[in-house]
Amino acid sequence: MTELIEKGTWVEIYNVVLPANERAPQVPEDTQRVPLEMRVKGFLLAPAAIGEDAEIETLSGRHLRGRLAEVNPAYTHSFGSPVPELTPIGCEVRALLHEKGRMQ
Amino acid sequence: MTQESYAAIMDQRAEIMRASVDIDYEQYTTGRLAFDYERLMADTGYDIATALAVQKTTAVGKTPLVELKNITALARTVSKPGKGARIFVKDEEANPSGSFKDRRASLSVHEASKRGYSGVAAATSGNYGAAVASQAAKAGLRCIIVQEAFDSEGVVQPEIAEKTRACEAYGAEVIRLSVGPELFYMLLRVLKETGYFNASLYTPYSVLGIETLGYEIALQMQEQSGVFPDVVIATHAGGGNLTGTARGLRKAGAVNSQVIAASVDLSGLHMASDHDFNRKSFTTGHTGFSIPFTTWPDRADVPRNAARALRYMDRFVTVTQGEVFYMTQLLAELEGLERGPAGNTSLVAAFVIAQELDEGQIVVVQETEYTGAGKHPLAQLNLARQMGIDVRRGDPRDNKPGQCIIIPEHPSQLAVVNIDMEYVRRSYLHNAIKSLPEGESLSEVDLAFLAEETRISQTHVQEILNELTGKTR
Repeated sequence: MTELIEKGTWVEIYNVVLPANERAPQVPEDTQRVPLEMRVKGFLLAPAAIGEDAEIETLSGRHLRGRLAEVNPAYTHSFGSPVPELTPIGCEVRALLHEKGRMQ
Repeated sequence: MTQESYAAIMDQRAEIMRASVDIDYEQYTTGRLAFDYERLMADTGYDIATALAVQKTTAVGKTPLVELKNITALARTVSKPGKGARIFVKDEEANPSGSFKDRRASLSVHEASKRGYSGVAAATSGNYGAAVASQAAKAGLRCIIVQEAFDSEGVVQPEIAEKTRACEAYGAEVIRLSVGPELFYMLLRVLKETGYFNASLYTPYSVLGIETLGYEIALQMQEQSGVFPDVVIATHAGGGNLTGTARGLRKAGAVNSQVIAASVDLSGLHMASDHDFNRKSFTTGHTGFSIPFTTWPDRADVPRNAARALRYMDRFVTVTQGEVFYMTQLLAELEGLERGPAGNTSLVAAFVIAQELDEGQIVVVQETEYTGAGKHPLAQLNLARQMGIDVRRGDPRDNKPGQCIIIPEHPSQLAVVNIDMEYVRRSYLHNAIKSLPEGESLSEVDLAFLAEETRISQTHVQEILNELTGKTR
């Protein structure tokens, strides 16, 4: 049985806004081939299952329908690993400044 | 054609815009192409004093002007003797949402509030969204931000992911879209549905809000060094930053400060391409916006763009992505200022242009922006690698946008590429002719307008127009 997500839960819904063949005429070919997709977060207005139709109230108070995509979606952007091409730069330029007697 | 099809919504563009910015642009028309730019700006009622007063109420502006002594010293290690002007930066990170965009949002949100709109909306994937959301939060207005956020594989550009988070932190609804110019179509749908105020980047309010930045730079420089800056460099995309700053400098009396535009070179990458979207390590301040907007500003979401950079630009240069990441590292490690990369585009230009000037002269970089997860060289370079882009140390001249990012090996390798201003003007005039309705011809008023727009004489405008249309005198 599919688990229903409780009313009031912070979720994200997904919709196709414009199918691939209905996009703006000026978009390049690679973009024409794919749909215009939309993701919006809000509070679930009635219990719904992941992947099923759901209605949310957004932070601006609008009511929107779409496919329930995620529950309490995480912010996953980060810094990632240090980049070896950047790590030595500080040491290099400080050495240059010391060499020329310019460091404040 | 359904009610919400692309064509149906775009057909209603004029009326939706009219209701959502409450400016009758038509009344400013003076010719076939010409319009009264200064009257459009003045009719808003915001002079410098009024703008400063509004911005004071939300703690916008009055940011520090910081001398970058170590970066100046480094420039002098690679410049000719006696060269290497003093470099200063206006630390715009100190604004409430972390960038100069708060200035831009402040008057729009104030105006929306004054006119009784219940909310504000804007189409923006950058700092401006957070600025509008922040100002709206303080004003008690609802806010919707429409972003172009992810490609068809679902890969989110990390800087935009951070903007989503910031906007939501300020209580705004964020509509995240996949790649494409239909961002503006979605904005129109939202404006039509909600009746919100369009906090467009290109209304007079937006540009007038930035005038305080140029104004403060002039006065702070006077106070700190007794002179106006010799050069002010603005990171250039849609044109508002440069236009507002230059107008503010003039209003403070700094009429001789040279105003230089600097953009990141992203040539060869298509701005509306799903494939290219995550092969760009910069979401703004790049040539993908600055070239089209300089050569034809009236491509914005409002009928007349208040950001008209070509009117104020003394010089236009490009730098590479790798040079900006290198400079971002220098700013953190030599000056103790960890700031977002996009704002440092003009700092690269300053480092190079300072070496053309004498030691006693002054170059001001007019903004910084906040940094953080996603909005950082590490996040961008890690994504670039994931997208198959070659990241390496070397000569930045080997840079190929979308294919390789070259981090300089030595500060002497930093350089600017000058964009030929005559080419830019011709390109503007070419676009002007193209926009002229079939069968219409230019009047004297139009020629005078085009001369103001391109900062050349009417005779020169006429000569270029003749060449472009194949006519001889």
